Amino acid sequence: MHPLVRWFHQLGSPPYFDRFAARWTPVAYIAGILVMAYGVWAALFQVPADYQQGDSFRILYIHVPAAWMSLFVFGLMAFYSAIALVWRIKLCEILAMACAPIGAAFTLITLATGSIWGKPMWGTWWDWDPRLTTELILLFLYLGVIGLYNAIEDRRSAARAAGLLAIVGVALLPVIRYSVVWWNSLHQGQTISLFGKSHMDASMLPPLFAMIVATKLWFIGSLLARARADNLRREAGKDWVLRLARGTEASR
Amino acid sequence: MMASAARALIARDARLLWRRRGDALQPALFALLVVVLFALALGGEARALERVAAPVLWLASLLAGLLALDTLFRGDAEDGSLEQWMLAPVPLSWLVLVRTFMHWATTALPLLIATPVLGELLHLPRAQLPVLVGSLALGTPLLSLLGAVVAALTVGMRRSGILVALLALPLYVPVLVFGAGSVAVAAQGLDATAPLLLLGAGLVLALVLAPLAAAAAIRIALT
Repeated sequence: MHPLVRWFHQLGSPPYFDRFAARWTPVAYIAGILVMAYGVWAALFQVPADYQQGDSFRILYIHVPAAWMSLFVFGLMAFYSAIALVWRIKLCEILAMACAPIGAAFTLITLATGSIWGKPMWGTWWDWDPRLTTELILLFLYLGVIGLYNAIEDRRSAARAAGLLAIVGVALLPVIRYSVVWWNSLHQGQTISLFGKSHMDASMLPPLFAMIVATKLWFIGSLLARARADNLRREAGKDWVLRLARGTEASR
Repeated sequence: MMASAARALIARDARLLWRRRGDALQPALFALLVVVLFALALGGEARALERVAAPVLWLASLLAGLLALDTLFRGDAEDGSLEQWMLAPVPLSWLVLVRTFMHWATTALPLLIATPVLGELLHLPRAQLPVLVGSLALGTPLLSLLGAVVAALTVGMRRSGILVALLALPLYVPVLVFGAGSVAVAAQGLDATAPLLLLGAGLVLALVLAPLAAAAAIRIALT
């Protein structure tokens, strides 16, 4: 068997995943914090102030990466759920459900930073604008997935039901993405593009890319930590968990 | 086979409904209560009511539908009929579609018929009435179909409570925006065709996809 395929199959085994997550969680967290520290420092001190908005535009270095993550995490959650529904891989159920609270937190950060920025710039904390409204609906969807997962007793069918809701909710993602294109919106249109020219000055971009990488790394760390906890909870009572809890397993 | 199964299910649901006639009036009664409370809260002044009449009627139908959602599969899950649905030689999604249609016909249709009367209570401008009834006729089946997915997801729980509302809300918002939006557009004297067409497109899409999703959810809940 191809080593990569074998590794993939091994990862599906709970004890193997536990060791994998325990090894990589701190790595992802530390790398995330380092890149984030650079990003925040550069965003606050290196980048020149905007000629119109002054210093208040700097909140975009948190707002934009968080907004991208809120969509990305939902898509990933639906992807894991689809795998879990089709192939019944237990680990994918765990990973999908571990995505939900992280994505909800990113959505909340997006809404909070957006409204803090909106008060001085638009003169209002909130506006019933398509982009803002759809992002709020996304938060409710995340809360619905979390609520459904916690309401059903059997963990496996809970994960499958909540995963199905996540798949249904994917229909919302393109609406959020294109809401500034389809409707007249108070929210500004797309200014940053990965391919082609961005409508932002080049001097303002490096910290943004740093923050985008940092949020991804942080997400990986958080996902592994949460999935590991859920994995251990589900496997509680198995021999290897007992050995791990007693600390008799050989050091890694 | 599929037609006879649908006929049997419709006949059974109709008979059950007839035996408990009072329950069938609940959604319409609830909508009437919402309308009365709104009118009193706004002081009963015709000028103030006129402007909010259409959104309030949309909201009343939406909330009444939400209230009735829990009964969609609950009874069948408790008495074991839902297991027989899964064993039946016809697709589960077809039975779900028939049941959702019956549910719509018994909860939303009476409300739709009562809309002109409720509109009169709220001093709804006559010119807006056709657009309102049209948007409700397209929108309430869409709400029922989306609600069927939510009801199927929560069918395994003994008490779903606020969770049904939390799950249904994000799915209902686009329908409400375009439904109430079509009347708002008409009130400004503009052409309301575009939002109505969008509602229709959503209905066609949900008519195909929602029963499949609901059937998948029922299978998850019962296995």
